Amino acid sequence: MNHDAHPYIGFEEYSEHVPQSIPLVVQQATSRFVGGRAARVAELPQWEELRQIGSDIRQHTMENLDVYLTSLESAVLSAGGHVHWAETGEDARQIVLRIAKENNVKTIVKSKSMATEEIHLNHALEEAGIESLETDLGEYIIQLAGTGPSHIIVPAVHLTKEEIAALFSKHLGIDAPSDPIELARIARETLREKFLSAQMGISGGNFLIAETGTLVMVTNEGNGRMCTTMPELHVAVVGIDKVVPDWESLTVFLKLLARSATGQKLSTYTQFISGPRHDDGEFGPKEFHLVLLDNGRSTVLKDPVGRDVLKCIRCGACANVCPIYKNVGGFAYGSFISGPIGAILSPQMLGTEAARELPYASTLCGACADVCPVKIPIPTILRHLRRRVAEGDEFSKPTISRPLRGIAAFASIALAWNWIYRFGARMLPIINPFFRRDGWLTNMPFPLSRWTKIRPLPAFSSRFRKWWNVRSAKQKDSQR
Amino acid sequence: MLKAQLFITCLGDQFYTPTLQNMTHLLERLGVGLTFPPEQTCCGQPLFNNGFEDKTRSVALNFMRAFAKSDAPIIGPSGSCVSMVKHHYPSLFKDGTAEHALAVEVASRIYEFTEYLVNVLKVTDVGAVYPHKVTYHASCHYLREMGLKTEAKTLLNAVKGLEFISSKEEETCCGFGGAFTVTYPEVSRSMMENKVKDIISSGADTVVTCEPGCLMNVSGGLHKVGSSIRAMHIIDLLSSKEELI
Repeated sequence: MNHDAHPYIGFEEYSEHVPQSIPLVVQQATSRFVGGRAARVAELPQWEELRQIGSDIRQHTMENLDVYLTSLESAVLSAGGHVHWAETGEDARQIVLRIAKENNVKTIVKSKSMATEEIHLNHALEEAGIESLETDLGEYIIQLAGTGPSHIIVPAVHLTKEEIAALFSKHLGIDAPSDPIELARIARETLREKFLSAQMGISGGNFLIAETGTLVMVTNEGNGRMCTTMPELHVAVVGIDKVVPDWESLTVFLKLLARSATGQKLSTYTQFISGPRHDDGEFGPKEFHLVLLDNGRSTVLKDPVGRDVLKCIRCGACANVCPIYKNVGGFAYGSFISGPIGAILSPQMLGTEAARELPYASTLCGACADVCPVKIPIPTILRHLRRRVAEGDEFSKPTISRPLRGIAAFASIALAWNWIYRFGARMLPIINPFFRRDGWLTNMPFPLSRWTKIRPLPAFSSRFRKWWNVRSAKQKDSQR
Repeated sequence: MLKAQLFITCLGDQFYTPTLQNMTHLLERLGVGLTFPPEQTCCGQPLFNNGFEDKTRSVALNFMRAFAKSDAPIIGPSGSCVSMVKHHYPSLFKDGTAEHALAVEVASRIYEFTEYLVNVLKVTDVGAVYPHKVTYHASCHYLREMGLKTEAKTLLNAVKGLEFISSKEEETCCGFGGAFTVTYPEVSRSMMENKVKDIISSGADTVVTCEPGCLMNVSGGLHKVGSSIRAMHIIDLLSSKEELI
């Protein structure tokens, strides 16, 4: 498990105060992605087969992770790179800090990476007095805003262009217009200088190819290339789950990823990095460091049901179709990763004490599983983690509140001893007259108030059983 | 003669007496002899879906025993409850036990209402007349767990006078989600409001669904905004004999 204690994630509390603009901008952006994805998927008749192959490769890799990681390590070493194993987030931060200090690094340019968001790397670098600048436009914006990402691939999806312009104006001391093209130009100009002066570039990685030790980066803005080629040092922080066996497997994921994420056939840039430059005739950094991050992943791997979450290739398609995500935005999930995948990853990485609300942040509608490019059974894992919260399992004791456990115990008895249920059902219509207005029940007391605060409840009828009995008796009489 | 057992679901039992009566009449009219095991309560899904797997077992056992008195098919007016029995009961009991064998056996003969009509009885026209503009809400478990993509629409297509209108968000969850709606009422509210907006903008005067849970949510939401759009269970629509104008 993650050794950094995580604060409690109050999904319900957040959901009661979602800023009004969030559902609107998030729905606009995600709808575009959903449409784009659908169009690209429709072009590939073998899409379902491709998903299955992708899922199978991820499954196979997960089951043989030790083998592929070892092979990856030796391939990176023979390509002239350095490999660092980080068991925890803190380990990873210390490794990066050490490399930076040893090389007297003052300024770092970063490309977008979920792994560095996961371990709050920028924060640690700032504390050590090192400037670390995000160069992906979305990441640059949220760095100015001082928040984490609210979407896997569109970190600033929750902000309007007016809000972004206000951020630019405030932090860059200029009068920024709310025109996206102009804002991108301003960011590009500011970042250009940093690319030229930074001593170190930090990236994440979409895939690691075990057979050749190649880091694969899938990006759209070109900043990733600058970060990994211009400074003399390149440090990649990548989760151990990102390894793929070989180049052939990679082709499957490249077909799946951009189509699922942004509705592109292929992203603008697909970069393959195998070690540092080998002689002065080549471009690229002098040193290449790969930090392999565990941070709870090997614990997740021990759970035969929950571990399917590690198949994730971080496309964000699940969030784009999730009606809950679209209404609350990414911050509700209280961690670096949001949406349905966050709801099944965070409880496993951060524990079901801090993240006990997240498995319940779903109607189990299943839209996410339908679009997942590697067929992660998200609803099944949500139920599995709900069980961990409610009843406990070999990974955690139960963390659900006492009253809820009491309600469940009562329901279990009342529904299994059918005479209790039947008696209760006959009694329920008695309360109708107290709350009825226009045939509907309104303003009911707790716990039914949790229903009627949103919309009225149909009146209790419960007349079928009696009707059936009377009718059956009559039919018997007439047969006699 | 065809025989079947009625599974009325707890929400049907509590809130939708006329729908259950219509279901009885409709099936009998199609020549199905019905029985009703009174020991049935709830399928246990609210417990199961909230993580109380251990506490679901006794509820599932009550259901299985109630419906094991006859080997006739079981028919329910809810894709979600039927899916619980069909897809999740077997996982509740250890392989090799008598309970597991019973769960597999019961799961093999349970059908959702429209599934039974279209795929078992091979009936698509039940002789209903409903001269209205009708849109459809595809309930999540009905659509995705049961995989019933065409059955409801096939039945609606054959209704005389009915004009079908698709809505943009037909396959988007309405926000009910069982206990979800009382666990996170504010999220549920936003989802329900989006659903209601989508139904209203379709221009239909009726919205139909195959799920009592969604029906409670959507009909309440429509009532709240003062909409005159009727929310109906498909069984009630298929029982309609309204005159053609």
